Amino acid sequence: MLTIENLTNEIDGKAILKGLSLSIKAGEIHAIMGPNGAGKSTLAYTLGGRPGYQVTGGRASFDGVNLFDLEPHERAAAGLFLGFQYPVEIPGVSNLQFLRESLNSQRKARGEEPLSGGEFIKLAKEKAGLLGLDMEMLKRPVNVGFSGGEKKRAEMVQMGILDPKLAILDETDSGLDIDALKIVGSGINAIMRKPDKAVLLITHYQRLLDYVKPDYVHVLAAGRIVKSGGPELALELEREGYAEVVAA
Amino acid sequence: MTTLTLPTRRQEEWRYSDLDALAAIWPTPAPTRIDVAAGENARHHLLQDAGEGAAAVHDYAITIADEARLDFHVLNIGGKFGRVTFTVTLGKGAHFELNGAIIGGGDQVLEIITKVTHAEPDATSGQTIRSILGQRATGSYLGSINVARNAQRTDAFQSVKAMLLDRTATANAKPELEIYADDVKCAHGATVGELDKQALFYMASRGMDPATAKTLLLKAFVAGVFDDVADEAVKDRLEAAALAKLEALV
Ligand SMILES: Nc1ncnc2c1ncn2[C@@H]1O[C@H](COP(=O)(O)OP(=O)(O)OP(=O)(O)O)[C@@H](O)[C@H]1O
Ligand SMILES: [Mg+2]
Repeated sequence: MLTIENLTNEIDGKAILKGLSLSIKAGEIHAIMGPNGAGKSTLAYTLGGRPGYQVTGGRASFDGVNLFDLEPHERAAAGLFLGFQYPVEIPGVSNLQFLRESLNSQRKARGEEPLSGGEFIKLAKEKAGLLGLDMEMLKRPVNVGFSGGEKKRAEMVQMGILDPKLAILDETDSGLDIDALKIVGSGINAIMRKPDKAVLLITHYQRLLDYVKPDYVHVLAAGRIVKSGGPELALELEREGYAEVVAA
Repeated sequence: MTTLTLPTRRQEEWRYSDLDALAAIWPTPAPTRIDVAAGENARHHLLQDAGEGAAAVHDYAITIADEARLDFHVLNIGGKFGRVTFTVTLGKGAHFELNGAIIGGGDQVLEIITKVTHAEPDATSGQTIRSILGQRATGSYLGSINVARNAQRTDAFQSVKAMLLDRTATANAKPELEIYADDVKCAHGATVGELDKQALFYMASRGMDPATAKTLLLKAFVAGVFDDVADEAVKDRLEAAALAKLEALV
C-alpha cells in the first residue's frame, strides 16, 4: 500500500530524513519507535505534504501513485489520514462543520455524491459513540479548549468519519488516561484493522501496542530506519532502551 | 452651496481615501439623519454593494437621546471606493453599537469612519469591525471617541481586526481617544493578521480543498458581526452577500 524508498528531506535547509525506506502492505499494522528528535513526526508530516517539509530525494508510492505528485488535500482524498502529535485548534469552526466539509471535499474529489446533513450527523454520532466522545463536543470549535486526551479522542472520531485506507498516527496515545487509551486502542482496531487498510503507529510506549498489536516494529533514529522486527522488538526496546538495541 | 471643495489626503479622515473615485461623485449628498428618541431602541443596517468601478459614500449623522439605543450593522464590500461614515452623539445613558465588516479585493478602497461623542454621563458604545482584504485592496477604519468633561462613567470599546489574504493588500486601523472626563472606561484593540497556516494544513490533511478551507476560516473570522441582526431576512441577506464576496476572493 505504501512504499517509501530512500526518502530524504529538509526543513529550513536542515536535513532531517536521511534515506528512509519502509514498506507497508494492506492488512498490516506497523509501529515506529525512536528517540526524541529522530524524525518520526517529520516522516508523518512529509508524507502528509506539510508546507516547508521539502522532499530532496527518494520516493513514496501510495497505492501505485507518487504521493509527492499530490497536494495535501488530494492525498487525503486518496485515503491517507494523519493523526497529529499536536492537533491544531481552529476557533470559530465547529468539528461538525470541519468534518462535513472535509468528507464532502474528499467525496467530490473521488466523484461521489456529497452526504446530506442527516446522513452526516448519523455517521458522526456512530463514530463519536465508538470513541465515547459526547456529540456536544463535536458542536464545539475544532480542538479549542479540548484537553490533551480529548483532542486525541476527537482525532480518532475524525478518522472514523473519514474512513481512510492508511492512517499514520503520531503519538495518538500521548495524553490519554488509562481508560481512554483502551477506548482509543479498540477504536483504532474497529476502524482500521481490516484486510484493505493499514496503520503506521508512531509511539514511545508499549502500552498502546498492547491494544493495537503491530505486525512489525521499526526503530527510527537520526532520520533512518535502523532496525526492524516483530512485536517483540517493542518489548525489547522498553526493557533495554534505544542505545542497547540500536547498537546491537 | 457648491463651494464644497474636494477633500485632500492631508485631511486625517480622508488620508486613505480614493480621491479620484470620489471626484466623480463630488459633492456627496447631505448625511442621512438618524435620531433615536429618548428611551427608544432602533436598528439600522447598510449593505454597501455598489457596482464594480463605482464610488459610494454613505454618511450618517446620528443622535441617540437619553437612555436610547441604536444597533447598526454595516457590510462594506462594493465599488471601487466605498466609504461609510458615522457621526454619533450619545445622550445620558444611551448606547451605540456598531458591527461592521469590510471585504475587499482588486483595487478596492473601502473604509469605515466613526466619530462617537459621549456628551453626557453613563453612555456606552461598542464598535466591532472585521476586515478581509485581498489582492491590492485597502481597508481602513478610523474611529475617534470623544468623551466630554461631564460624561462620567462612559464605557466605550473599539475592536478592530483585519485579515490580509495577499502581501499587496493594506489594512489601516486608527482608533483614537479624546477624553476630558476622569471616570471613564475605554478599551481599544487593533490587530492585523493572515490566515493560520497550521489550520490550513490541518484542514488540507482532512481532505478540504484550499478554497473551501480558506472560506471556512474567513467565515469564522467575520462570524459574529451579523449574529445579532434581529430581522432574519436582513441577516440572511448580509451573510449571503458576505459569503459570496469571500468566495470570489479566495
Ligand atoms: N521547523 C523546523 N525547523 C528546523 N528543525 C526542525 C523543524 N521541525 C523539526 N525540526 C527538527 O527535526 C528533527 C526531527 O523532529 P521530529 O519532530 O520529526 O522528531 P520526533 O522523532 O517526532 O521527536 P518526538 O519523539 O520528540 O516527537 C528535530 O531535531 C527537530 O528539532
Ligand atoms: Mg514527534
